[in-house]
Amino acid sequence: MSDDMDFEEGGAVKKFMFVNRKAPYGTVYALEGLEVVLISAAFDQDVSLAFVDDGVFQLVKGQKTDGIEMKNFSPTFRALEGYDIEKLYVERESMEARGLTEDDLLVDVQIMSAAEIGDMMAQQDVVISF
Amino acid sequence: MKFAIMVSEGPYTHQATDSAYQFAKAAIAKGHEVTRVFFYHDGVNNGTRLTVPPQDDRHIVNRWSEIAAQHNIDLVICIAAAQRRGLLDENEAKRQGKDADNIAPGFRISGLGQLVEAGIQSDRLVVFGD
Repeated sequence: MSDDMDFEEGGAVKKFMFVNRKAPYGTVYALEGLEVVLISAAFDQDVSLAFVDDGVFQLVKGQKTDGIEMKNFSPTFRALEGYDIEKLYVERESMEARGLTEDDLLVDVQIMSAAEIGDMMAQQDVVISF
Repeated sequence: MKFAIMVSEGPYTHQATDSAYQFAKAAIAKGHEVTRVFFYHDGVNNGTRLTVPPQDDRHIVNRWSEIAAQHNIDLVICIAAAQRRGLLDENEAKRQGKDADNIAPGFRISGLGQLVEAGIQSDRLVVFGD
């Protein structure tokens, strides 16, 4: 995929990485970040998502938000596959520091070390952090 | 080089918007081009013309309007983020049945696609946020 070129729009496909750093609730960054991810799918770019720091909480199973009167948007992560967004990277150090394992997550992800995530970032054309 | 900028934080509360402005000014002074500034999250508040800072303080909103007029920069406020936070242009105010609009000169309201497009079309997309 990364070598796919699209000349129809007059340019190559760019590698976009969205870096999710914040917990899903408490601030709006995660929710509004996901809105950008969904829009990006319409542009046929090479999109990946990285989850680091409290951002790993965005993917935790069984979120119940009735008590805080906010919408539980975590099911949207399961829909990303339908948008051809399948590269989800979770930083191992952040996950472990929060007592989480891969089994706690609601979608299939690739677990990577901080160094590996750093290497992935270095390969991107565009990195947008939320 | 063609730069696009994303501003994710509100004016006066957070330095992100000042840093973004200083970066734009410096890039232009060095002969680069700043094509678009995209305002997201609380960054949309950079575009309300009702802003009235104390006279001895910088006027962040007017500063954006001026640099945009001088250097032909496209100032785009995300519509979804703007509507949540009470920023409306004339058309949206009418459509939503509101009695006022508040967009500053040089700013326009548009969709998140403008951010992704800026990432595709510029050489660098620089994010200023928290």
